[in-house]
Amino acid sequence: MMALTALFARDARIAVRIGGGAMMGVLFFLAVVTLVPFAVGPDLALLRRIGPAILWLGALLSSLLALDRLFANDHEDGSLDIILMARPPLELVIITKALAHWVTTGLPLVVASPILGLFLNLEPTALAATVLTLLVGTPALTFIGVVGAALATALRRGGLLLPVLVLPLTVPVLIFGVAATNAAVVGPVPFGTPFTILCALTLMSGVVGPFAAAATLRYGIE
Amino acid sequence: MALIDLANPTRFVTLVERVLPWLVAATSVAFAWGLWGTYLAPDDYQQGATVKIMFIHVPNAWLSMFVWGVMSVAALGTLVWRHPLADVAAKCAAPIGAAFTFLALVTGSLWGRPMWGTYWVWDARLTSVLVLFIMYLAVMALWRTVDDPTRAGRAAAVLTLVGAINLPIIKFSVDWWNTLHQPASVFRIGGSTIDRSMLIPLIAMALAFTLLFITLHLAAMRNEILRRRVRTLMLTRAERAA
Repeated sequence: MMALTALFARDARIAVRIGGGAMMGVLFFLAVVTLVPFAVGPDLALLRRIGPAILWLGALLSSLLALDRLFANDHEDGSLDIILMARPPLELVIITKALAHWVTTGLPLVVASPILGLFLNLEPTALAATVLTLLVGTPALTFIGVVGAALATALRRGGLLLPVLVLPLTVPVLIFGVAATNAAVVGPVPFGTPFTILCALTLMSGVVGPFAAAATLRYGIE
Repeated sequence: MALIDLANPTRFVTLVERVLPWLVAATSVAFAWGLWGTYLAPDDYQQGATVKIMFIHVPNAWLSMFVWGVMSVAALGTLVWRHPLADVAAKCAAPIGAAFTFLALVTGSLWGRPMWGTYWVWDARLTSVLVLFIMYLAVMALWRTVDDPTRAGRAAAVLTLVGAINLPIIKFSVDWWNTLHQPASVFRIGGSTIDRSMLIPLIAMALAFTLLFITLHLAAMRNEILRRRVRTLMLTRAERAA
């Protein structure tokens, strides 16, 4: 338990330091949200309708971009081998790393989303619904991304392979996240229905993702 | 002491430590004068007292562009003239400029809510200032990506000079495109169109904010020089221990 706490603290500390890239996700999120009105035009009514979708897409892409630093840095300097040989079960270790990654990458996105929602002219109900669904959904994105990050660990010139691997798996999270937000604003479906499915997706990916990633790391890394 | 002597970090730190209390005093006096002028300034016949947000919003907006200009000159100092303290100046100016831009956006947004009915609109002036804010954050991020300050300084200098193209776009955006934001009233061909009773407090507040920037910038440069010294000492000690 103490080892896992130490690992969590180490990952969080490295992420916020130079070269860690923790705040880069928020900056990318801001850039994406700024780009959309250039593309679709400044019509505020239209932006209000597609606002939750834009926020979810921005959060999804920002999470994807930050995923490769989950295992790649540790693999490069050899600490991944030590982690693989450690006493805590590898699945728990991966859950710890994923949680540290979410706290430093996903949580800032959730905090930034209401401000960006103001840029898209969202009303307060939509803002609150977006924050809540992102809060519940971004851990799912991290847990699903852990699988892709493990697969891409040994690749040095992976490039966009990691997002391409992870994107199809995150589609259900995106669907139910946007559905829950729109249900809160427009209806007719009650907010709870897609929201509980979103929670279920997060819990499920929290189990399946680390197990799949652990299998990959155990048998895929030489 | 010639200007070139300021290139010596130790002399620069000594000078800053001597000048800083005077600058703090001057900034406080300037703000007191500016805020007093703001209090005395007349209400707008349409907007009422809300117009006084202008006395904070406009100087912040001017300074957000001015600080990028300062950073561009510092970038030239790094790349062209190889001045030793140029990258320190650039690194320290970025967060202050970002803060001014952020304040301009926030005060403008709060002003827009009662006046235009919306917190935000995607018109040319607001969008270009938002892009400026993103570029400030990008420069700050670039500084924190590379360990060695000198190498980071050169990369940031290139990015700063490339980003300087945004400054004329911001300035002339209200003239080139049909925007919701008010067109130029102070710095325009044909003289300013703002009444003197509002222009004087506006200039006073602009002066106060500029003095604030100078004070914060010099203090930040002194801190950065000391921080680099600490970093070098820690690296030397680590090397000696190995």
